[in-house]
Amino acid sequence: MTLLLQLLWTFSILSLVAIGGANSALPEMHRRLVEMHGWLDDATFSQLYALAQAAPGPNILVASVMGWAIAGPAGMAVATVGMLLPAATLAWIVAGFALRMRGAPWLKPAQGGLVPIAVGLLLAAGVIMAEASTAQAGWPALAIVAVAGAIVWRTDYSPLWVLAGGGVLGLLLL
Amino acid sequence: MARPIGLPVRSRPLPPTPFDSPATVSPGRADLFLGFLRIGLLGFGGVAAWARRVIVEERRWLTEREYAEILGMGQILPGPNVGNSAVMIGRRFHGLPGALLATGGMYLAPLCILIVLSLLYENFGQKPGVVPMMQGIAAGAAGMVIGTALKMAERLRLTVEAVAILAVAVVAAAWLRISLPLIVVVLAPVSIALSLWRAGLIGGNGAGGMAR
Repeated sequence: MTLLLQLLWTFSILSLVAIGGANSALPEMHRRLVEMHGWLDDATFSQLYALAQAAPGPNILVASVMGWAIAGPAGMAVATVGMLLPAATLAWIVAGFALRMRGAPWLKPAQGGLVPIAVGLLLAAGVIMAEASTAQAGWPALAIVAVAGAIVWRTDYSPLWVLAGGGVLGLLLL
Repeated sequence: MARPIGLPVRSRPLPPTPFDSPATVSPGRADLFLGFLRIGLLGFGGVAAWARRVIVEERRWLTEREYAEILGMGQILPGPNVGNSAVMIGRRFHGLPGALLATGGMYLAPLCILIVLSLLYENFGQKPGVVPMMQGIAAGAAGMVIGTALKMAERLRLTVEAVAILAVAVVAAAWLRISLPLIVVVLAPVSIALSLWRAGLIGGNGAGGMAR
């Protein structure tokens, strides 16, 4: 029981560190789970991270996998709730604030100021993924990135084709 | 509660573009849940890319700009940016039930898949073929995220200073590897100030406007 409470607390803190997504919380996650509490060893931590990346869905679910590894299904539940609830509550409050301020002349331009940051960080995430991918699988991976990027940018085909194509090309080339 | 956060599309000062095209559809509760269920299920490699695909292109709940604004707010808040976006989009259309439905929908399928995957991983993780295929999918996902960002940048008709902010964000996050919280804390005030200046509001300064 105390372990579950500790997990809930730990992941609640991580939730508030994860600005921009799970990856910014990763160093802190490693520090707390591996170094501070010794709940996981280094290798397990990396494997679980890779596993969470392979699954669909928000990569914040890496927390759920770690929770499972530490304390089974209850651990997964507690880690997921801890990771989602504080941030979701804050988002709720901010959304309410934006709703109340609707019509204020500064709101739209202020929100507009966040747009280039949002797009820039998305692009950066893609570049980082591409680098990791090329580092692991070499130049053919970079070719897949380029073709996939061009298709998604220039056409309206479902990106599912791009991922499926990437999988097939991976089997053939990598 | 169901009123949109933003002004109606037509009264916006931006010139209409072929992409930011007309009206958006207001989803019912079931639609909201199913839409986010789809986002979660499809969300390999980059949920923000898939969320944009489903919300802007497929279901037209939001325009390109509205989605980008909500994603931007999701990004400066702690927590997963798409998770924050789900809360805000859900609330916008259906209040608390909407926020719960959107959030629940998005996490349900991936959680189930992760449970199965955790159980299967030890048996299949190292089978020949699995690794190259996963690497290929990962490369495709990287391309998908890059392509989505380029598509958004193109359609949003960004101002010169917005393009500069975008470029700084990319360089800082992708090449300099500065931590995201730091980038957001430094860049958001600058970018918001520039945006207020562009809107002609900076004379009265942002904080003064906020107090009212």
